[in-house]
Parts: sequence; C-alpha cells; structure tokens
Amino acid sequence: MAKVKSNRIKSRDNILDYVLLVIFLFLIVITIYPFLNVLAISFNDPIDTMRNINFIIPRKFTWSNYVYVFTENSLGKAFLLSIARTVIGAAVGVICTAMIAYVLSRKDFYFNKFFTILFVITMYVSGGLIPEYLLLMRTLKMGNNFLVYIIPGLIWVYNIILVRSFVEGLPIALQEAARVDGANDFIIWAKIVLPLCKPVLATVALFMAVGQWNSFMDTYLYAKELPTLQYMLYEIMEKATVKIDPHAAETLKNAVSPLSVRMAVTIVATVPIIIVYPFLQKYFVGGMTVGAVKD
Amino acid sequence: MSARKAQKEKMVKQKFSLQLMWKQRYLLLMSVPFVVWLIVFKYIPLWGWTMAFQDVKPKTMTLPVWERPFVGFDNFIKAFQDRIFGQTLINTIGLSVLGIALGTVMAILFALMLNEICFVRFKKITQTISYLPHFVSWVVIASIAKMVLNDGGMLDTALHTRLGLMSSNSPIFWVTVCLINIWKEVGWDAIVYLSAMAGIDQGLYEAAKVDGANRIQRIWHITLPGIKPTIVVLLIMGIGGALNVGMERQMLLSNGIVQDHAMVLSWFAYVRGIGNSNYGLGTAIGMFQSLVGILLLIIANKVAGWLGESRLI
Repeated sequence: MAKVKSNRIKSRDNILDYVLLVIFLFLIVITIYPFLNVLAISFNDPIDTMRNINFIIPRKFTWSNYVYVFTENSLGKAFLLSIARTVIGAAVGVICTAMIAYVLSRKDFYFNKFFTILFVITMYVSGGLIPEYLLLMRTLKMGNNFLVYIIPGLIWVYNIILVRSFVEGLPIALQEAARVDGANDFIIWAKIVLPLCKPVLATVALFMAVGQWNSFMDTYLYAKELPTLQYMLYEIMEKATVKIDPHAAETLKNAVSPLSVRMAVTIVATVPIIIVYPFLQKYFVGGMTVGAVKD
Repeated sequence: MSARKAQKEKMVKQKFSLQLMWKQRYLLLMSVPFVVWLIVFKYIPLWGWTMAFQDVKPKTMTLPVWERPFVGFDNFIKAFQDRIFGQTLINTIGLSVLGIALGTVMAILFALMLNEICFVRFKKITQTISYLPHFVSWVVIASIAKMVLNDGGMLDTALHTRLGLMSSNSPIFWVTVCLINIWKEVGWDAIVYLSAMAGIDQGLYEAAKVDGANRIQRIWHITLPGIKPTIVVLLIMGIGGALNVGMERQMLLSNGIVQDHAMVLSWFAYVRGIGNSNYGLGTAIGMFQSLVGILLLIIANKVAGWLGESRLI
C-alpha cells in the first residue's frame, strides 16, 4: 500500500516537471519573440513591413535601415555620444566607487562612521527633481554640458555598500603585510585591494555601464542638445506616433519608414547589452545577493 | 575574524588629534573629495526643500533664500487643490498597489518554478533569458511595447481583435503598465527569492519526503515559510517606495489618450515645477512624496514588528 502511494506521488512529481518545462518554454517565447520581431523588421524592406508586422524572419532582406541609422548625421553622433558616456562614466565611476568603498571599509579611519552615515542617509531621502534640476541648470550651469552625464551620477551608494562588504571579506593580513613593508594607504588600495576586487568591480562596472547606456531622463531634462541614442529613439518614437500622414505611403517610397528606422535604432540600443550581460551573470547574481543581506 | 573585532574595539576609542589626521592623510585624501561631491549633489538639493515654503518663480529664483517671499503652506494647499492632484494620487497608489501585489506574486512564482525544475541546463538558459529585459532601457521597452500592444499592433493582428491595452483611458492602462513591468523585471526580482531558497536547510526537505509530503506540500510548508523573512523585508521596502512611481516609465509608455491615468506624482511635480516654472509648487509636491514615503516605511516596519515578522530597521 505504502509502495503504491509513493509510486503515485513520484509519477505525479514527474508530470510536474514537464508542466514546468512547458511553462518555461512559453515564458522564453514571450520574452524573446518581441525582440526577434523587432530584429526582423529592422532587416526587412520598409514598404513590405507596412503590410504586416508579424514575422520573425525578414521577408525582403535589406540593410537600408541600418545604413540610414549610421549615415544619418544626428543618429551617428548620438551613437558615439552614448558610447563615450558609457565608457567614461563607467570607468571613472568604478574607480571612484572602489576608492571610497575601501576607505569606508577601514574601521580604524577616524571619520568612518560619520562618512558612512552621510552616504547611507541619501539612500532614503533625496531633495527630489526640482531642487536637483535647479542646482544643475541654474547654480552649476551644467545644462547641455557633457559633464552632466558623468558628475551628478558619479557614484551610487548601493554600489559602495556592495564593494565595501566585499573588501571587508578579504583577508586583512595582506594589507597589514604591505603596511609593514612601508606602503601607504593609497598604495595598499591601488596595489593590494584593487586587484583582489575584480569580481565585484566587474559587477559595479556592468551596473554603471548599463545605467549610462540606458540613461534617458538626464538628456531629456538637462542636455537635449547632446542627444544620446536612447533620446534619439524617443524622438523617433514620438514623431512616428504623432505624425499621421495619409500620403505617408507615397512619400516613403524609396525611403525608410519611421517604424523600420525605429526598429533598427531599437536593435542598436539593445545589442551591446545582449553581448555583455550573459558573461557577467555569475558576478551580478552574487552582487545582488550581497546587496540583499547588507547590514 | 576575532582579530578584526579586537582591532575594531581598540580603534573605536581613538581620540581626535592632528597626529592621527596626519597618519590617516591618505584615507582623508581618498574620501573627502567624495564627501564634498555628496554634499553638493545630495545635501544641497535637500536644502532646496526650503523652496516648498516660498514663492519661487524664475523671477525670484536669483534672490538669496531669506529674501524670497515666504508663503507658509500655500504651495502644499495649491498642490492638493490642483485639478489633477486627486486623479494623480489615485494613479500613483493604484499603480503601486497593483505593481507590488502582482510583481511580488509573479517573482515568487517564477523563483519557485526555477527552484523546482530538475533540468539544470534548461533552468540556466531560462534564467539568463529572463534577465535580458531588465538590462534593456525603458525607451527600448516602450518602443517594443508600443509596437506589440498598440491598436493594430502585433498582438491585435495576431488575435484579430482590438484589445486597446495602450489606448483605454481607464485603470486598464495601470494593468498594462504593470504587466510590462513584470515582463521586464520578473527574472531579476526572482534572484533574491532564489538565493533565499538556496539558504533553506536541505534536511527539512529530506525529512518531509520521508514523511510522505509531495512537492506541493513541501513548497507550501517548507519553501514558502523559509523565504517569508525575505518577502516581508522586500514588501516593507516596496511600501516605503509606494509613491515613488518613476516618471520615466510613465512618460515613455503613455500617450495623449491615456494621459489622465498615466500621470503620477513625480511627473506631476515636473509638469508643475519645471513645465510651468513654479519651482516652489514643484518642490512641495516632491517633498510631500518623500515625507509620505518615509512615513509609510516606518508604518510598514512597525506593522511587521507587531505581526512578529522580521523588520527592516
């Protein structure tokens, strides 16, 4: 009797596995299908796209949408600007985060507690949009200046906590050995701590690079004259939804359609992320968990 | 570990002296610039809250703080009496409640399913794919969502119907936004629950198996109670942020038709504060949002304490 029962449970458990498999396949499809659809439209002939938008293999293959994106002056510039802010913002941000995180990990530092509290408070209260806007635009006059992309978001407190708890987990003997050899605190940080922090710094670099690449609001608020790729995509999107031109089909002959260009820009704005994030997966999953159990 | 503790205790007692400052000069050099940065970019905007009690328009903007006209709580009263304030507050709360409830349930469900499935490689692929939308910008998501969900978009064409998900000026738009948000974040949000599940004592499952509990029973009696503290902490944080519905997502996903049900407090502060150049009014709205957020956080934390649950603070 008992054996029969356990067999029944076992077979029902196996069915559950296959039910889960089906559910997951469904979830994968609804996650990926829209991206594949966008990809197909971006490679499809614009006129053909206007007839039907449901497909995942380009029906009339063409590069014209991408050629347009990279040769059209403003879009090409926006692409370069996005790359510049991503590289500079993430590189500078990671170094700064590592530096302040190391100092805050040093329990013997006189201002350790005071500075830590100063940083952590800003996670819970912020002045809000209007005072920040006035500070950047009126007081510091950073509007339409490239620095507005780098300086205000230089470090994130969350990342500091992430790196600090990683540094605290490192064996302290290494630092002490270096000190005995006469190294100062800066040398200890640069030569001993920084190389050991590579995994957590990879996570921080990913978070910051993605944040920079995806950032849209700061262009919208502070630097419309320095449009990034995300902002250009927004503009194309707004134009395409506002303009309802009955003669559109005629005028668009031999040209690119807003939808096709939009889809091409969407792909260009997505691809760098798809390339990078899977390789850093083990790092950021660990990083998320450290953040969740922060003190 | 104990050496570090001893070191910590020894160091806590140190007194301020120039000698000590000189000894720690490198640490000071490595931290003071960032503290200055923090004060400029995080604390000076906080000081900007004084504007909420003043009449600040571009004309009076250049005056020093003490010379601007003081208006008491006028800005707050003006904000509360605004034509669209009521609807904006309802939208914000509606979106938050729906987002927290659906988002939490879906993330836990997804984590449970990942935890249960026994095809390891398949599990990994699913997880990797589920992170993808999290890393994609809201502009890209909006571009895709508008193509899929707009009237006559991909979904409408496929189903030969008109769902009107992006064009009904009603709470249906909240549901649309929440579903898009879940599609984007569910895989990412599940990470925390998964790691909580990994921390549950495996012996409990073995014991339950011996007692004849099936998988559903094991999930109900072991896994869910095991991750309860995590759920509570995340719920408290969610409730604390209930009014902070981001303006970016709302702005990008909405259009003129659904405007009334897309407007949220942070966007309202922008429209009144920067759009209409009434800085005092905009700051008052932002301050209201911040203070209510802190209040909600404290209340949620207290309630969790009374219910005997783990607390955030």
